Amino acid sequence: MDRDNRPLLRMLEVSRDFDVSRPWLNRVLEGAPRQLLRAVDGVSLAVKRGETLALVGESGCGKSTVARLIVGLYATSQGRIEFDGIDLAAPGASALRRRMQMIFQDPYASLNPRWRVRDIVAEPIRVLKLAASEHEVGARVAELLRQVGLVAEDGEKYPHEFSGGQRQRISIARALSGNPEFLVCDEPTSALDVSVQAQILNLMTDLQQRLGLTYLFISHNLAVVSHIADRVGVMYLGRLVELADAEELFVRPLHPYTRMLLDAIPDLEMSGKARTPVAGEVPNPLDPPAGCAFHPRCLHANARCRSERPQALVRGEAVVACHAVEERRI
Amino acid sequence: MSAPLLEVKDLRVEFPTRRGTLVAVDGASLAIAPGEILGVVGESGAGKSLTGMAIIGLIEPPGRIAAGEIRLESERIDGLPYEQMRRIRGRRIGAIFQDPLTSLNPLFTIGEQLTETILAHLEVTPAEALARALALLAEVGIPAPRARIGHYPHQFSGGMRQRVVIALALAAEPRLIIADEPTTALDVSIQAQIIALLKRLAREHGTAVMLITHDMGVIAETADRVAVMYAGRIAEIGPVRDVIHAPRHPYTAGLMGSIPKLGQGAGKKRGRLVQIEGAMPRLNAIPAGCAFNPRCPRRFERCLAERPELIAIGTTDAACWLYADGPR
Repeated sequence: MDRDNRPLLRMLEVSRDFDVSRPWLNRVLEGAPRQLLRAVDGVSLAVKRGETLALVGESGCGKSTVARLIVGLYATSQGRIEFDGIDLAAPGASALRRRMQMIFQDPYASLNPRWRVRDIVAEPIRVLKLAASEHEVGARVAELLRQVGLVAEDGEKYPHEFSGGQRQRISIARALSGNPEFLVCDEPTSALDVSVQAQILNLMTDLQQRLGLTYLFISHNLAVVSHIADRVGVMYLGRLVELADAEELFVRPLHPYTRMLLDAIPDLEMSGKARTPVAGEVPNPLDPPAGCAFHPRCLHANARCRSERPQALVRGEAVVACHAVEERRI
Repeated sequence: MSAPLLEVKDLRVEFPTRRGTLVAVDGASLAIAPGEILGVVGESGAGKSLTGMAIIGLIEPPGRIAAGEIRLESERIDGLPYEQMRRIRGRRIGAIFQDPLTSLNPLFTIGEQLTETILAHLEVTPAEALARALALLAEVGIPAPRARIGHYPHQFSGGMRQRVVIALALAAEPRLIIADEPTTALDVSIQAQIIALLKRLAREHGTAVMLITHDMGVIAETADRVAVMYAGRIAEIGPVRDVIHAPRHPYTAGLMGSIPKLGQGAGKKRGRLVQIEGAMPRLNAIPAGCAFNPRCPRRFERCLAERPELIAIGTTDAACWLYADGPR
């Protein structure tokens, strides 16, 4: 692979366990065992420069944990994450994290209410010493605020003076202030009203084109993902079950879980298309089913699905982990 | 349409504050027929939940119904004394809220909560109440109801909890159900199950449902008619198909355009979403004339000065001066 085509970010067989054991005293007195919850289970993916890769899935599927692993808010339990070809766990690699930033879901919780907006946006500039003087900091903040559709005077205000959509613009300005190449966006529009969501999605598209940004976009909303993503990864119970070009995935989904998710979306066009009823719920992640994690809800499951865990299978541009697809049963 | 089961006329909900009175719902009128699902859609602060709360008589003081009337089966129910209203709630109007955990008491089993509700509203023996509770749980799709009836709310998943809440709302066979964002806290696959359940119940029992949500997709799937609310007023109301495919009010049109849709090309071929500039006004700063006028791409002088009432345009009614001289 030549250098220009090298992915900006790669995850190689990354897993993350959380210790959810009872307290030590209970374990000693009651003989309760240690209990680990595997939130992310052997996820491998690559994000290309300049693209938007979306991760979708239902609550508890591990998509937000992936986001936090990448930006370093959690450490990996197993596997490796490379940014620009360098292992992020290697000594000295933490400087690489300056090149990535994160946007969070809740614009009410992610901005310090006691700080003026100009200080919120300026903090990364000051910490990373990206400006020579305070005057330069001020000019940069004003430019950033204009870039996200606010005005320079808004810098004097406090977060509570803004609506949800405007706060998310402030979050984006703060994320951009460190000149990152890579933005990890964890449900950036889920807390917003639909007309405001459209404004933020349009802004993110514009900024990507203008600044050549690469996005990892985490969302549970498939319609939003189909609008913003170039490629889409579908997660289920900590595992990546399918990864494909967005156009391909929404027209010809391969994995039965992807098919089920697409079938479950309310149909705005009211075409009256026949749909497979969705059955069952996501199983308890503390006790995931053997074999393929989706088999208890899958219409195509057989004995192999119940015992053997499917490996990632390359199908053209797509990657899918499903025995039924491999055996050409569906 | 048969005689409406619920009729709301010129409802006005006010909140007096030190800095003046805030009008959260301003002259909303709507009607629901038996067996009909009316969707009420709008963005946060549009007044859709307060309209529902006014109907079940649960506006928190100092908020109050300042004007208008609410009729259930032709009988006025606004301004009833607390005790009388309490008997109507549950018996004749059931309620389903967004978060199933706050609607259930964590200290009682779901069986206790169901039989208590049934015994409070219907004249049955405890044994009959238990049988009815089991039948209700089966009806809302809880597997093995006999085994589950002794469980506490925390032992159920989110989707199953919402089914229990629906069973509770149905316990006394109410004629009307107010469902306020019943699927918002749920995953999309569970949402599809709950929507199917609500539709089946309305059809089989002839229960009228007022479905309050911000999600146009849920409305499209579920509702027969839809009311679009904006800044405390109804901007447009009509059959769901017409409102979605041929929106009359510029706000509805903008709202529909701003929803990302599947199957419109993905990745680099996508276009921009339609964008309504600005945000909904705060209650203390609702503009004169049409409340939508500062954001409206089609406003003219009359919109700044005069407030439009609902005007019939074919099958839908829209509160917009564009249609003052008939449809265009």
